[in-house]
Amino acid sequence: MSRLTEDNVRVAHEIISRYPRPRSATIPLLHLAQQQDGYVTNDAIRHIGELVGATSAEVLGTATFYEMFKFEPVGKYLVNICRTMSCALMGGEELMHHAEHRLGIKAGSTTPDGMFTLEHAECQAACTEAPTLQVNYRYRFRVTPETFDALIDDLAAGRLDSEIPAHGTVARIRQHIPAERGVGAVPPEDATNAPSWMTVAEAPK
Amino acid sequence: MTGTTYSHAPGFVAGDRPQIVTARFEYEDSYTLERAIATDGYAGLRAALSRSATEVHDEVKAATVLGRGGAGFPAGTKWGLTPAGVWPRYLVVNGDESEPGTYKDRLLMERDPHQLIEGCLIACYAAGLSQCFLYIRGEMALAQERVAAALNEAYAAGYVGRNILGSDFSLDIVLHWGAGAYVVGEETALIESLEGNRGMPRLKPPFFPAAIGLYGKPTIVNNVETMANLPWLMRNGSAAYTAIGSATSPGTRMVAVSGHVKRPGVYEIINGTTTFRDLLYGEEFCGGIRDNNELKAFVPGGGSAPWFLPDQLDLPFEGRLIGAAGSMAGSGAVMVMDDTTDIPNAALTLTRFYAHESCGKCTPCREGGTWLMRILDRVVAGQGTQRDLDQLLEVGGTICPGDFPHASSERLGLAAVPFPYKMTTICFVGPSAYTPVHSALTLFRDEFEAKLVKRTFIPVTAVSVSETEAAL
Repeated sequence: MSRLTEDNVRVAHEIISRYPRPRSATIPLLHLAQQQDGYVTNDAIRHIGELVGATSAEVLGTATFYEMFKFEPVGKYLVNICRTMSCALMGGEELMHHAEHRLGIKAGSTTPDGMFTLEHAECQAACTEAPTLQVNYRYRFRVTPETFDALIDDLAAGRLDSEIPAHGTVARIRQHIPAERGVGAVPPEDATNAPSWMTVAEAPK
Repeated sequence: MTGTTYSHAPGFVAGDRPQIVTARFEYEDSYTLERAIATDGYAGLRAALSRSATEVHDEVKAATVLGRGGAGFPAGTKWGLTPAGVWPRYLVVNGDESEPGTYKDRLLMERDPHQLIEGCLIACYAAGLSQCFLYIRGEMALAQERVAAALNEAYAAGYVGRNILGSDFSLDIVLHWGAGAYVVGEETALIESLEGNRGMPRLKPPFFPAAIGLYGKPTIVNNVETMANLPWLMRNGSAAYTAIGSATSPGTRMVAVSGHVKRPGVYEIINGTTTFRDLLYGEEFCGGIRDNNELKAFVPGGGSAPWFLPDQLDLPFEGRLIGAAGSMAGSGAVMVMDDTTDIPNAALTLTRFYAHESCGKCTPCREGGTWLMRILDRVVAGQGTQRDLDQLLEVGGTICPGDFPHASSERLGLAAVPFPYKMTTICFVGPSAYTPVHSALTLFRDEFEAKLVKRTFIPVTAVSVSETEAAL
């Protein structure tokens, strides 16, 4: 149960500063918390509320709407197997069946060693490469039982550590707006003039 | 087959056709600023900045760039819907691609983020939008990384930020990312999500984003592919743009064809003239049905679209024609089912998706979608009754009252009912849960009936209680 670390608070402030209203940073900060702890803790929810000016109930309300946020520990690797139409037509259900046998768990649960959590996923936007899966949101295409087994072996042996970070980290590259280049976010109430390049006055409709 | 595939862009198939948005895909380093600059990158922005904002806006209007997100509304017209004199105005770019069968925005973000950034700059310049938010789907880790890196490069090189290319045009583009919710692809839900809330759609009216959008201010919401069209348009002009495609659907468009075809792939096709037969059977496209099977049915425009039969193969990919034929061009996703497909089960995979993704705001969708899923699940499991099939249509009628669009069928003697439908929900998630059920039941009712439980009634023996007791 932890609040955001000092380093992450700095990142949080940078993210917040890009939005005209701090609350817009809620989802990015929830991701930051999940990256830090592997799941979203109660303390992190309170801390995010303090940072964006919302109650913890409001932050929790937002967080629980979105499937990527987990509120209890999950495996180091979250394996999502797609089951929507294109993948189902190409053997997605059979792949899930195989995965459940290989990992010895049902979809929606975690292996006892805390390495793998298996989940059904809905359309992953790679429909021509069906059946697909994502491991911590990294794609694997046209997955067969054999390539699935090889993937699990590689993950367990740490051979994919450089490609696939532990659960919680999605993008490893962050946007950074250099102070001397950024325009800066202005609260909408304070930006009621036409932008400078709109030189032609608008005729009222 | 004649199309070219690239190992660095899995799924994409190039061909001997005009390329407006995928021209850079052939390069392995297509996502870098260096490659962008070497291949006309940001030339469209320079062309735009050399003209007045109004002139750029007029050029986009003249080109009739249709929105590529699903509704197909012309982008230039949309930009003009903001109330006069109300500022600030925002641009929200919809990269929350999650419609079943659809992917093109992911490729455009992963393979050519600078083209997208350039498109956003042109749109904001033309429409006087003072900040841009690029909302990328949460599960797309690589797209987020590529766009973040590209934005960092573009800021450092002076293409984004203060006084862009030395002009008085200044703009921040902020990368924002979601956390897994299909409904957030709906524009008002996208705005709710961007404000830090649960991604539930807002009621329209009054919340038309162009008038009351992000933070209650005028907001333009455009799809990634729509933005990606703008750099080419600014470099080559609207006349060159409208010379490609049909009069009502100019340019090109990205279409993903998945399912039971020999070569599933994402193709940039000529808009409005390429037919489904070209797409499914053409040598430069999918090359026919797998194992030379027969085509049974296909979904023409993403999971939300009513299904087509082989009867509709000669229709071109053109929004109005597809609409008149009983479906929608939607987000450019074709899902193909061959004659081995278990139709009720296929319908279930889509209905389950929409039932799962309902945000819960509107009762017909929240309850109705779940009912549809449960009843269908029962039928697919071989435990349904005739009453269940009637109930599916009855529940669907509470989400979409009146005639529901469907394709014509010579075999069934059916005439087409044109798109769209009436709906009792705010957004399209509810009707979309019903669409596969209605299509499958209308076009393949016999397959559902074959799955129904064969009821054998156990006769009740007329034995009185006293007789039973006497026997004991």
